Amino acid sequence: MLTALGLLVFFALHQDVWLWRESRPLVFGVLPVGLAYHAAYTLAVSIVMAVLVRLYWPSHLEEPDR
Amino acid sequence: MIPLAIVGLYLVTVVYVGVFAFRRAERKAGAEDFFLAGRSLGPFVFVLSLFGTNMTAFSILGSSGHAFTNGIVTYGLMASSSALIIPLSLFFIGTRIWSLGHRHGFMTPVQMFRDRWECGHIGTVIFAVQAILLVPYIIVGVMGGGTTLAALSGGLVPYWAGGALVALVVMSYVFFGGMRGTAWVNTLQTLMFLAFGLLAMVVVGVGMGGFGHVFSEMLDTPAQAALLTRERVSPWYFFSYTFIPLSSIAFPHIGIFCLTAKKLSHFKRTVVLYPICMLAIWLPCVFLGVAANRATEVPAIKAKLDARATLAAGGPALDAAARDGLRRTASGDDVMLRLVEHYAPVWLIGLLGASVMAAVMASDSQILALSTMFTEDVFTFYGGTARFGPNVQVQMGRLFVVLLTLVAYAIALRVPQSIFDLASQFAFAGYSALAPLLAAALFWRRSTKWGALAVVVWVAAGIAAVAAIQMHVPAPAGPPTVLWEVGGLAVASRAAAGLLVFNLLPVVPLTIGSVLLMWLVSIATPAPGPRTLARYF
Repeated sequence: MLTALGLLVFFALHQDVWLWRESRPLVFGVLPVGLAYHAAYTLAVSIVMAVLVRLYWPSHLEEPDR
Repeated sequence: MIPLAIVGLYLVTVVYVGVFAFRRAERKAGAEDFFLAGRSLGPFVFVLSLFGTNMTAFSILGSSGHAFTNGIVTYGLMASSSALIIPLSLFFIGTRIWSLGHRHGFMTPVQMFRDRWECGHIGTVIFAVQAILLVPYIIVGVMGGGTTLAALSGGLVPYWAGGALVALVVMSYVFFGGMRGTAWVNTLQTLMFLAFGLLAMVVVGVGMGGFGHVFSEMLDTPAQAALLTRERVSPWYFFSYTFIPLSSIAFPHIGIFCLTAKKLSHFKRTVVLYPICMLAIWLPCVFLGVAANRATEVPAIKAKLDARATLAAGGPALDAAARDGLRRTASGDDVMLRLVEHYAPVWLIGLLGASVMAAVMASDSQILALSTMFTEDVFTFYGGTARFGPNVQVQMGRLFVVLLTLVAYAIALRVPQSIFDLASQFAFAGYSALAPLLAAALFWRRSTKWGALAVVVWVAAGIAAVAAIQMHVPAPAGPPTVLWEVGGLAVASRAAAGLLVFNLLPVVPLTIGSVLLMWLVSIATPAPGPRTLARYF
């Protein structure tokens, strides 16, 4: 349940309305802040997926009985 | 000529890969070997090929073109949302599809639906709707091929010839290599555009005098500063786009590809690396698409910017034909290629062009998937394989590949719409709204075949209605035209990019409708028998 809630919060973070009309600063001198946020978000997704794989891997599906 | 020669060499290479896979498969040929590579793909090929299967002309040309017109919002609309939704759907649904496929021998999603819901002809209806929705996605590949070769050759290779060549190459390696050839080619393709996407960004950046300089200038130009924010779309529109990546797992070529992994553990690396691959491909594409707005020294891009300015200044006063003509000129589908063509050294243009071709040719998986579905869900289901034998089944699959490619090519020559719009409005929206089928089949014991039928009919009718409205109501030059209003609330409107329902993409009401129909119809109809349920839960 806590994991589902965490995923929902993470999904909500995708809707970053607080940066909607912001173009400054240019992160690293080139990336508009809205684009930098979503680039960082993408990297964070990878970490979340690594945690899911480690903690909740559906190992019961791994033994095919065909 | 050098870029064209490099692209030509690449095309010959991928055909050879297909033929090599064909030779390797001869010793153990059979339907499962041709259509699923014998369920034997290793972790490396599985990760890269699965990612490559999702990266099409849309990802490279469509994303940079959309960013050219709409700005940085493109990345959030499709890339970061896909980076979350697609790995999650692979984690929860893809792994279960793999497991059921291995246990029960399924080769297509429809086979699973037929078994899970104890149905026959309803499965055929699902097949028909899936097939009709997949064709636009295949056309995208052919259109991308034509656009790419025409741009790379400076018009020397016309659009129709480029599209024909790409269609012929894809058809050849799918025809010979089946899933094994397709997976190997997709692996090569993914490696290529992962390697050269970043290189393109660096080379174009240096050519334009540095991206810091480019974006600072954009910030100081009011008309362009908005491209560095997301103010051109509403937060609700942005939210509705997060429904689109649901389509990935519902696409038959992805569902079928899940069955090719040798071990379930191959999914682990895939779900973790998928977001990083998304970042590596989409960030350069979006970045370059936005930066192209300052590349006025590139004549083709200058013409696009002029057409856009004319549309903005006098759009409502122009007739529909003139507006459509200007929109075609302003379309950014080839903007990435124009940048590379202008700023990169000639040898690099060829390598980068080949990388773009690699992405464009990812329609191979869809062609193979449709062939697999036709032979398994129709030919075999209605007794063809039992009557004529498994060898005829494989030959039928190959014949279907040829016919499908020819049809897609013929349509691609007649459809002028932007790659991005075509793909997202019909194929993506339709498959997103079909995703509840998979969720219900795998997680809800009480779901029934009648619920599934209701969902499929609803999605088919909804997509047909959206297409009909868009054909009959011309795109407005300015703000959306309200088509239906209730109490001051716009229920349906026609925007330049397509139909909106409550200012959301049609995919939202379509998907919600699918969920409701599956639930309501299922609880009103008899559930599958206990023996069937015992095999799934």
